[in-house]
Amino acid sequence: MKLRRVVSDKLWTVFTVVALGLAIVPLLSILFDIASKGISVINLDFFTQLPPLANASGGGMGNAIQGTLLLVALSSAIGLPIGLFSGVYISEYGVTNRYGSAVRFLGDVLAGIPSIVTGVLAYTLIVLTFQSFSVLAGGVALGTMMIPIVSNTTAEALKSVPNSIREASIALGIRKWRTSLLIMANAKKAIATASLLAIARITGETAPLILTAGISTLWFSGFNQPVGSLTYYIYYFGTSPYQNWQNMAWGAALILIAIVLGINAAVRLITRGKKAYA
Amino acid sequence: MKRRRSGADTAFKSMTLIFASSAVVLSLIYFFELYYGSTLTLKSGISFVTGSTWDPNNQVFGVLPMLYGSLVTSAIALIIGVPISLGVAIFLSEISPQVLRSPISFVVEMLAAVPSVIYGLWGLFVLAPILRTNVYPILESRLGFLPIFQGTIYGVSVLTAGIVLAIMIIPMVASISRDALLAVPDSQREAAYALGATRSEVIRMSVLSYARSGVFASIFLGFGRAFGETMAVTMLIGNTPLISASLLSPGYSLAALVASEFTEATTQVYISALIEAGLVLLVVSFIANVVARLLIRRLIRSREAASYL
Repeated sequence: MKLRRVVSDKLWTVFTVVALGLAIVPLLSILFDIASKGISVINLDFFTQLPPLANASGGGMGNAIQGTLLLVALSSAIGLPIGLFSGVYISEYGVTNRYGSAVRFLGDVLAGIPSIVTGVLAYTLIVLTFQSFSVLAGGVALGTMMIPIVSNTTAEALKSVPNSIREASIALGIRKWRTSLLIMANAKKAIATASLLAIARITGETAPLILTAGISTLWFSGFNQPVGSLTYYIYYFGTSPYQNWQNMAWGAALILIAIVLGINAAVRLITRGKKAYA
Repeated sequence: MKRRRSGADTAFKSMTLIFASSAVVLSLIYFFELYYGSTLTLKSGISFVTGSTWDPNNQVFGVLPMLYGSLVTSAIALIIGVPISLGVAIFLSEISPQVLRSPISFVVEMLAAVPSVIYGLWGLFVLAPILRTNVYPILESRLGFLPIFQGTIYGVSVLTAGIVLAIMIIPMVASISRDALLAVPDSQREAAYALGATRSEVIRMSVLSYARSGVFASIFLGFGRAFGETMAVTMLIGNTPLISASLLSPGYSLAALVASEFTEATTQVYISALIEAGLVLLVVSFIANVVARLLIRRLIRSREAASYL
C-alpha cells in the first residue's frame, strides 16, 4: 500500500481525536471556572438572604432560588400533562393516521423555535394583557417550551413498549383507554426520565424570562408580580461592573449547573444500558 | 365482531387528541400573535429588514445590522463547529474502542445540557480575555491584511460570539451526525474494505456519502440553534447596531436585540419593532427546522427501507 494512503489514514484518526479534544476542553474549563469562582460565595446566607446592593458585602440569592423553583413548578404543571397526553395520542392513536404524524412533525419543529421567541409570544399574550411582568407569564412561557419536548420524548418512550403488550391487553377485552394507561405504566421510567430532562432544560432558560417573569430584588409576592430567577440574575449580575455582583453571578451559576448537570448525570447514569421501557 | 365502544374510550381519546392538537394551535398562535403584535411597524414593509439604521428615539427601525450579525455569527459557528462535530461523530461511530463510546457520549450530552447563560458568563470572563490578549493580536499581526481581522480589539466581538456558538452547537450536530453514521449499514463499509480501502477511505467514500442527508439535517439544526441563540450572544457580541467588515468589532444580533432592549422599550411602536424582530427570528428558525426535519424523516424512511433488504 502506498505510503500516502497510510499517512492520510492516520491523519484522519488524528483529526477526529483532536476534534474530540476541542469539544471536551470547554466543558472542563466551564466546570473548573464555575467551581473555583463560585464556591467562595456559597454559604448559608447565599440560600436565605436577598441580593446585596452594588459594592455591598454579604447577601444571597435566596429569592432567585425561590423564583426558579416556582417557575419550574408552574411550567411543569402546564407543560408536563399537556406534553404527556399529547405523546399518548401520537403513539397510541396517531401512528396510523396523517394527523398523528403531522403533530409529531410540528412538535419537532416547535422544539427548535428559539426560546426568546417563546418569550415574545408570552409577552404579547400575558404581559401586555396584564400590563406587568409576572410569575404567571414566566410559567406559561417555560411551560409552552416544555410541551413539544415532553410530547415527543413520551411518544418515543411509549412506542418502545412492545406491541405484544397492547395485543395481549386488547385480547383480554381490556378497553383501549385502559390499555393506553397500561402502556404508560409500562413506560413509566422512560417517561419520568424524559420529564426530568425537560425540567432540567427549562431550569436553565433565561431569554424568555427577560420578557415574562422579569426580575425582582424581593421575595415572591404573588403570581401576578415579577420574580427573580437564578438565570436572570446570572445575566444581570454577570454583565454588571460591580465585583460583588459578579461574584454572586458565579455563585448562582454554580447552584444552577449543579441542579441541571446533576439531573442530567443522574438520569443518564441510572438509565444507561437499560431498555427504555423496562 | 365490532369491538364495543365506551364513553370512557371516546373521552380518553378526545382528551389526548385535544392535548396533541396543542402543537398545531401553538404553531398558529406563534405566527398570529407575532404578526399582530408588530402591526405598527409591519406597515413600513421591507425597509425593516433592509434598513441599516436603528434609532428608536426617532422611530427609525432597520434591523439589517442585527440580521447581518445573526447570520455572520451563525456562519462562524458552523465553519468552526461542523468540522469538529463531524470529527467527534466519526470518532464515536467509526474509530472509538467500544469501551470509550459510552463515556464520551455522556460527556457530549453534558455539554449539551449546560445552560446558555452559563456559556455567556464563561465566554465573558474566561474565553473573551484569553482571545483578547493571546489570540486576536496574533490574528491581526499575521492575517491583518484581511479586512475581517482589522480594527480595535475589545474582546467582545462578532468572532467571540461565533466561537462560543460553535462550542454550543457541537453537541447537537455531533450527536445527530453520529446517529446518521451509525445508521449506515455495515454492508456499505464491508464493500469498501473488500475493495482494499483504508479506514479513512471507507469513511469518506461509503460512510459519509451514505449518511449525508443526516449530516445536512444536523447542520440545519445547528444553524437554527445558532441563529436564535440569545443569552451567550447578548453577553458576547457587544450589542452595537453596526455592520463592520471586521469580525473583531462588536456587532448585534436579532435575538440579542430582543433580549436587551425589551425592558427599556417604552413606546408602542418600539415594542412593535422588537416583536417584528421576533417574527423574523420565528420565520427563519421555523424554515431551518422544517428543512432539517424533512431530511431526518427521509433518513429514517431509508433506514427502514434498508432494514428490509
